[in-house]
Amino acid sequence: MKAVCWYGKNTVEVETVPDPRILNPRDAIIKITATAICGSDLHLYDGYIPTMKRGDILGHEPMGVVVEIGREVKTLQPGDRVVVPFTISCGKCFFCQHDQWSLCDNTNPNAWMAEKLFGTAPAGLFGYSHMTGGYAGGQAEYLRVPFADVGALKIPDGLPDEQVLFLSDVFPTGYMAAENCDIEAGDTVAVWGCGPVGQFAIKSAYLLGAERVIAIDRVPERLRMAREHGKADILNFDDQDIFDKLLEMTGGRGPDRCIDAVGTEAHAGGSFDAVLDKAKAGLFLGTDRPHALRQAIHACRKGGTVSIPGVYGGFLDKVPFGAAFNKGLTLKMGQTHMQKYMKPLLDRIQKHEIDPSFIITHRLQLDDAPRGYELFKHKQDGCIKIVLQP
Amino acid sequence: MPNQHHAGDSITLDYADPRQETRARPGSEPGQQDQRDGWPEGSTQATNEALGWFSIGLGVAELAAPRFLARTIGVPGHHPLLFRLLGLREVLSGLGILARRQPAVWMRSRVWGDVMDLALLGAWLAAPRGRPERLLAATAAVAGVTWLDMACARQLEAKPHAIRSTIHMTTAVTVNRSPEDLYRFWRDFHNLPTIMPHLESVESTDGARSHWVAKAAPGFHLEWDAELTEDKPGMLLAWRSLEGAEMENSGTVRFERAAGGRGTIVRVEIRYDPPAGRLGALFAKMLGREPATELREGLRRFKQVMETGEMPTTDGQSAGHSGLARLRK
Repeated sequence: MKAVCWYGKNTVEVETVPDPRILNPRDAIIKITATAICGSDLHLYDGYIPTMKRGDILGHEPMGVVVEIGREVKTLQPGDRVVVPFTISCGKCFFCQHDQWSLCDNTNPNAWMAEKLFGTAPAGLFGYSHMTGGYAGGQAEYLRVPFADVGALKIPDGLPDEQVLFLSDVFPTGYMAAENCDIEAGDTVAVWGCGPVGQFAIKSAYLLGAERVIAIDRVPERLRMAREHGKADILNFDDQDIFDKLLEMTGGRGPDRCIDAVGTEAHAGGSFDAVLDKAKAGLFLGTDRPHALRQAIHACRKGGTVSIPGVYGGFLDKVPFGAAFNKGLTLKMGQTHMQKYMKPLLDRIQKHEIDPSFIITHRLQLDDAPRGYELFKHKQDGCIKIVLQP
Repeated sequence: MPNQHHAGDSITLDYADPRQETRARPGSEPGQQDQRDGWPEGSTQATNEALGWFSIGLGVAELAAPRFLARTIGVPGHHPLLFRLLGLREVLSGLGILARRQPAVWMRSRVWGDVMDLALLGAWLAAPRGRPERLLAATAAVAGVTWLDMACARQLEAKPHAIRSTIHMTTAVTVNRSPEDLYRFWRDFHNLPTIMPHLESVESTDGARSHWVAKAAPGFHLEWDAELTEDKPGMLLAWRSLEGAEMENSGTVRFERAAGGRGTIVRVEIRYDPPAGRLGALFAKMLGREPATELREGLRRFKQVMETGEMPTTDGQSAGHSGLARLRK
């Protein structure tokens, strides 16, 4: 089969590799019908995530048709259409049974690596470095889905791929980010980063009762989408001082809820701390560039919530913990507990409360994936979300 | 870096007094962490120490004044280099004995050194131009020391455990199953090789006894028989190796119901004497077969199997070409 393989910083190639096969009783093999490039794939593309190996197959936003099942898979049949979440969960451990699916105890074969960095290991992930399991990803023609009986969500006929594909990651991730805010009536929610997760966080914040959403980015197309589809007020951080503007817009109190949908590679050309982060990361003196997180904590209303769907991996410098403490902030974060959200969000799609396909800007063939990564990385050609079709 | 200590794990290296060690039942509290003498008996300690110092004294003399020493014992000709080498050997043996790490080995090295000295003295006696009366006196002196060395070496070797390095490991894992289910898996020792790949096989020989085969290094196996010393269904299993084990070991597994219906805490405690002592343990570590890691990973697999019915794996999955294969392309 063809697969998108990682070969180092800024290098991905479409290669012919052996077809996947069933390795464990709860595995299934699916034939991919649509798969997307995620913003977090860019962290891999930029060489920001350790423990990648040359030849690793990328991708964690897949959907397709079941072609083969292991002997213990009772919930699926060949021919079923499924969306596969980016996290791999066993469904049997303490964490899965407490709806904390991304913290599954049992699905990372390289748990010891994650333990070195994090103390204990979270769930395995598709196509996202060996520290998170080293599972082959879904930017390919076929995918092996471990624990498919718990992971793969069956999709009813009649819903096109493009409407349900983003149940695999970005829609639930944006939704959980908003849910983590514990939004109350009258709340203003500020969202840093208007990529796909930010866009879904904006939509979800309104679904969950926010009065007003303020979207922050620098890319004009993304801001336009946030305004037109998300009904958000928009701020371009290249044009104005975000902290001053946010306080002015909220009557001096600051946004009640802040969402950092940026993560570890914040761009913020004009600000001193972001330039310093970039220099430190370039010299291997720092692991993350948490400019957006700093600003969110600084701007957040006293007693407010900072929700962090953006990915961080290491040891963050100069995070204003004093501000978080003295303003009594609540910080919530983590990989998305996918199985908690996929079914309810599928219901919302079926009820036409939301059509997630609005974020798609590019449809490419799998063979064009290397060009897709370049487009997405440099935000060229109005690129916000790329769907690949094998 | 964060603290890399694993909660629930502790590994202690005990260089334990054998008399205390034999008293330690399997399941007794984590043992003594102090480092003790290798001397088995107080009475021989003085002799051992004296021989150690004698070795060093003689060695220093040989190193510092080889010609004077050669003249004194009537050796024909000049052999300063040979005497210095002999001196070096003496000093090493002496330090080895006094350092009390594997004193039996060092004492035995003295015996072989004595044999070498006696052979040299014999050769010089047969050679012309020597001074036989002095050489004979030296030979008698060396023979006396040889007898003493042999006696001490034999005594030290008669206590093979006097110098053993018992390793003590404890680790714990919480499994989302009942104590009874988990006990059943362990009680059937057959199951252990599936979660502990360094075990090749475990077979029950009769009700309480079993035969264990472990992979020590590529191509090398260690075998032993073990017996259950305690068996409380759903609560505890304890075992120890029997006489003649290639690796002496003992251990316990406890199953405790976790608070709040959170499954079962499984606590494993193992003591073993690595073959070839500390050197063997170090070698195993270099081969990536460090037993503490193997135990921790084994318990992880145990949890995975008991909770999910399988062990997660990526062995056999697809990947792009890497390295050479890609360059050739």
